[in-house]
Amino acid sequence: MKTQKIGAWIAVLFGASYFIIPLIATFEFSLRMRRGEYSFDAYRSVFSDVQFRESFSYSIVMAILTIVFGILLVVPTAYWVRLRLPQMRPFVEFITLMPLVIPAIVIVFGYLRLYNSSSFIPFTGSARGTDLLLMFSFMTLSLPYMYRSVDTAMRTIDVATLTEAAQSLGASWPTIMFKCIFPNVMSGVLSGAFITFAIVIGEFTMPSLLNRPAFGPYLQLIGANRAYEPPALAIIAFAITWASMALLQLVSRFSKSAPSKP
Amino acid sequence: MSAKQAIDLKKTAIDWLGILPFLLFAVMFLIAPTLYLVTGAFLNPAGEFTFDNISGLFTDKILASYWISIRVSLASSLGGAFIGFFLAWAVVLGGLPSWIRSSLLTFSGVASNFAGVPLAFAFLATLGRTGLVTLLLRDWFGINLYATGFNLLSFIGLTITYMYFQIPLMVLIITPALDGLKKEWREAAEILGATNTQYWMKVALPILFPSILGTTLLLFANSFGAIATAYSLTGSTFNIVPIQLYAQIRGDVLHNPNLGYALALGMIVITGISNLIYIWLRMRAERWQK
Repeated sequence: MKTQKIGAWIAVLFGASYFIIPLIATFEFSLRMRRGEYSFDAYRSVFSDVQFRESFSYSIVMAILTIVFGILLVVPTAYWVRLRLPQMRPFVEFITLMPLVIPAIVIVFGYLRLYNSSSFIPFTGSARGTDLLLMFSFMTLSLPYMYRSVDTAMRTIDVATLTEAAQSLGASWPTIMFKCIFPNVMSGVLSGAFITFAIVIGEFTMPSLLNRPAFGPYLQLIGANRAYEPPALAIIAFAITWASMALLQLVSRFSKSAPSKP
Repeated sequence: MSAKQAIDLKKTAIDWLGILPFLLFAVMFLIAPTLYLVTGAFLNPAGEFTFDNISGLFTDKILASYWISIRVSLASSLGGAFIGFFLAWAVVLGGLPSWIRSSLLTFSGVASNFAGVPLAFAFLATLGRTGLVTLLLRDWFGINLYATGFNLLSFIGLTITYMYFQIPLMVLIITPALDGLKKEWREAAEILGATNTQYWMKVALPILFPSILGTTLLLFANSFGAIATAYSLTGSTFNIVPIQLYAQIRGDVLHNPNLGYALALGMIVITGISNLIYIWLRMRAERWQK
């Protein structure tokens, strides 16, 4: 029993150093910009860069759009499948898992061939069209996470009874959807939203191949050309991921205590 | 009778109408693009059926890039699964304080999503030529890491970097499986006189085996499709399959668009097979978690 505990401590110490040392090293490196002393110059340089602000706000706008349209696609679908098409659940679940099976680079390769400027639906013919296609590709990337968190939240409520109750009170479908279903699966919607945010902000492959000025390609560009800004950006990116995950944990903890209330 | 049938038909139509947006989305952004590449892999530029592209994959350069991709993915998934398993074991069964468990799981949630370009920056700052660990090893222990043949921009460097998101992913998936090991099984084994080793070899590991193997395959597929980290770590010098495909998409470096489709098809086949076995194994593993 004692050797077991020592072994456990060794495993945890090893794991902790594997996780923490790169973070410390990255932070230390990001402070080295001024010769001979530590300073936050690299961060100042990052924040004053116009391209940083532009690409970062572009990615934030894209993330918000992806979340909004992702929710509008996923929540009604998950609801409808539970209510009317339970026999379709395995099929729909399989579709939502496809983005995990097919690598992102392959998916975007297909888009570029299928939706180029000389095709049926020339998404890549204009900048706005490409933005739209990029949003759809982000929705595809986040589909597995969004669907799973919404579907898990829907498992805890009785959609059939809720729907019948609302219908017998004369509610229309939009009312049922937005006043009855949405509030009840809010925790799942929010968890899906935070994980989508974390994925979209850092995504490199899709915006890079679609040639849009997002944060991921900007990071890569800076990494190829500068020395001290990249670690500063890595710390910023880690902080964003951390914040998204912290909010997610908060939401899921909140929702776990919710059903126990009478 | 026919009126009832008509109503039934209408009801079915409405039922399907409800998931029409989703089906449309799936066809447009998942199924059609994939099918386009898959069929393109079996066509020549004139649009005729051929196996030339598939056999074109078996040339030295392309085989070499598949081989290096498979090696990096295999090494990082095996390493990640091994270390991740011990970490999960330590917090579930090692008798450690409970705050360690909750902080490890929280951290794993973050770290498994911390991939892509920033991860490459982090490891350049750690193990790069002027990285903190490289400098400390030199100043404190007199070890010149780069004189020993180590290079971050290589097989071993990429493997170590990938394990930063592989280990946490393993921890997240395998912890519930370890939680599912019932106390009764251990007690029953002990009453029958089993030693600790016997219990692990004959009871616990056989039960956990589908979960462990399945998750390892998931990690394999996870790193096989990843590109951003490798691309910003090594540029286009390190020819793993996704980087080669990236170059092909940007500039047709293979001088044959249909060979590019075959390259993509090869990736789908490898990640597809590992994911399908993972899903099958997970269904088997869930029998024990009920």
